[in-house]
Amino acid sequence: MSSTRAKGPTGAPSLETEAGLPTEELLPAYRLMLLSRATDDRCLSLQRQGRIGFYVPASGQEAAQVGAARALRPEDWVFPAYRELGVALARGVPLETLLDQFIGNSDDLLKGRQMPNHYGYRQYRFVVASSPIGTQITQAVGAAIAARRRKDPIVTITFFGDGATSSNDFHAGLNFAGVFRAPTIFLCENNQWAISLPRTKQTRSPTLAEKAAAYGFPGVVVDGTDIHAVYRAVSEARRRALAGEGPTLIEAQVYRFGPHSTSDDPHRYRTDAEVAHWKETDPVKRVRELLVQAGLLDDAHDAALVEEARGLVGTALAAAEKAAPVAPSTLFDDVFATPTPRIAEERAEYEALVREGVIKP
Amino acid sequence: MTELTLVQAVNRGLQQAMRDDPDVLLLGEDIGVNGGVFRATEGLLKEFGEDRVLDTPLSETGIVGTAIGMALYGLKPVAEIQFLDFIYPAFDQIVSELAKFRYRSGGQYPCHVVIRTPYGGGIKGGLYHSQSTEAYFAHTAGLKVVIPSTPADAKGLLLTAIHDEDPVMFLEPKRIYRSVTGEVPDGDQRIPFGKARLVREGSDVSLFAYGAMIPVVSEAAELLAQEGISSEVIDLRTLVPLDEDAILASVEKTGRAVVVHEAARFCGFGGELSALLAEKAFYSLKAPIARVTGFDTPFPYALENVYLPNVERVAHAVRATVRSG
Repeated sequence: MSSTRAKGPTGAPSLETEAGLPTEELLPAYRLMLLSRATDDRCLSLQRQGRIGFYVPASGQEAAQVGAARALRPEDWVFPAYRELGVALARGVPLETLLDQFIGNSDDLLKGRQMPNHYGYRQYRFVVASSPIGTQITQAVGAAIAARRRKDPIVTITFFGDGATSSNDFHAGLNFAGVFRAPTIFLCENNQWAISLPRTKQTRSPTLAEKAAAYGFPGVVVDGTDIHAVYRAVSEARRRALAGEGPTLIEAQVYRFGPHSTSDDPHRYRTDAEVAHWKETDPVKRVRELLVQAGLLDDAHDAALVEEARGLVGTALAAAEKAAPVAPSTLFDDVFATPTPRIAEERAEYEALVREGVIKP
Repeated sequence: MTELTLVQAVNRGLQQAMRDDPDVLLLGEDIGVNGGVFRATEGLLKEFGEDRVLDTPLSETGIVGTAIGMALYGLKPVAEIQFLDFIYPAFDQIVSELAKFRYRSGGQYPCHVVIRTPYGGGIKGGLYHSQSTEAYFAHTAGLKVVIPSTPADAKGLLLTAIHDEDPVMFLEPKRIYRSVTGEVPDGDQRIPFGKARLVREGSDVSLFAYGAMIPVVSEAAELLAQEGISSEVIDLRTLVPLDEDAILASVEKTGRAVVVHEAARFCGFGGELSALLAEKAFYSLKAPIARVTGFDTPFPYALENVYLPNVERVAHAVRATVRSG
């Protein structure tokens, strides 16, 4: 197993950029990370204000997400979990599109069907997420086999957390990928906590990456707070996949700065000291230091970028909150390509109740 | 036309679809070299190769999850689950994922997978090779549920399933895989979903059934005819979509209904049919609706003939229904 062990919070950013994210991409990546962070900050408070129903923050995982996404091509397919804001933004999904989804308004391409963060957009080859853990893993393998059958020179990548390595589909997906040598990348964002369960209680395995050995392909551990390390690992995994060398499991070691979701209080299960320890290697801070060292950023410019990100969130939110609510009759759309007689009858039943004033639309 | 058994008709349906469309491919356990434990895929590996007939590791969630990924990408996978009794490791993929992809994405991601699986009793299969749990799937929004009872229907409905735009659970009555033979049209002859089959016309009572219960119900109808009771036998063919028009029209004519399935009674599909008739054909009914079903026990091995509805139980229920009003 090749390994770039997470050093933990040493505070020293990696200066080695060889085969890492190209220098000219560092600033755009930083802006995406700031946008992701600013979106988290704003959405956590929106949820408390009752303006969105729920939220899953990605703070602490931005380097892993943006670094991985930058190593992909637009033609590649992403099978995300529900915590991949940085990936979605880096794939080009407009922030307003995401906020439409968080609100569930009439502009939401998902038609208000899913909880916040469970989005997906065919245009960006970002498959729609679900809540069950790990189910996207086997699906990514199937899509990779399909792409190879079509002779499309692409890879699929699936994102999941440390908790998902205990799921049925992690085992099944990695096993199928190994057997069929699927051009797939498994990117585990090990953020140390599966709601309240620490990584050490998820598995006795010393690393998550070494589980790949049981399926007959390489697993690597990378410091997920180091954008270059993640970019390098995903680039190499992508190269291997396209060369017919099969799948790769990447364990990106990160830390979830916030709660699992707006429904839990992390103070119940972890200490402030632990959070503070990991914040020393805040991925946003690390990229900022890289930019400063490269002479691409100074304090004034940085402050302006932070302000710019907040402004973009505010503008997108204002637009999304202006959109009309989702139309009630859309409830009955998309169950099937063509409604069955029964669905059509239930729609008519609902519309009659509205017409007769029994219920308000 | 060719005279085939039901399982041969399944095989010909798969072969036809694979010849006509290079996007159709099969995956499942023992379906390649072995041709499937019931031989439904016999000869297909040889004709279409390993790229299109994939012998998979032993994991139902792996099979269905992989098939979903293939379908999202644009292929038309047909997954075989060796027995319906073994489908539960894939239940999450079927219920949480497959059934909901189109809906949860606002129509962006249709997910057309056909899952073929043998179901039902009568083969001395005991608890884990015999069950009829079609109701689980019929209860889940977004899945179509198809159960053929003749070779011609097996091929025609399977071709429709493979070319449908939505996920289809295709449950094959393994008890009559080989005991039923019939003429099957050659070529790509499809049978539409949502159209019940009139097996036998009658005027005193309507018998509703599907799959392996059709031969049982037909034999009962024959016996009853000798006693002067005229039974109409309707094969539902597809539980979702359900041909409500045919069901209601029959009961409006006969005024009596007996529902037959081998699944357990409580919350079985017959409950839905009974409710449908009570809601929409109440004033046509001359007698209470009767259900002849498996019992609300696990499926037994030694006593499977006690568990399964048979000609005697069906005939008895029909006589009682006709007598009562």
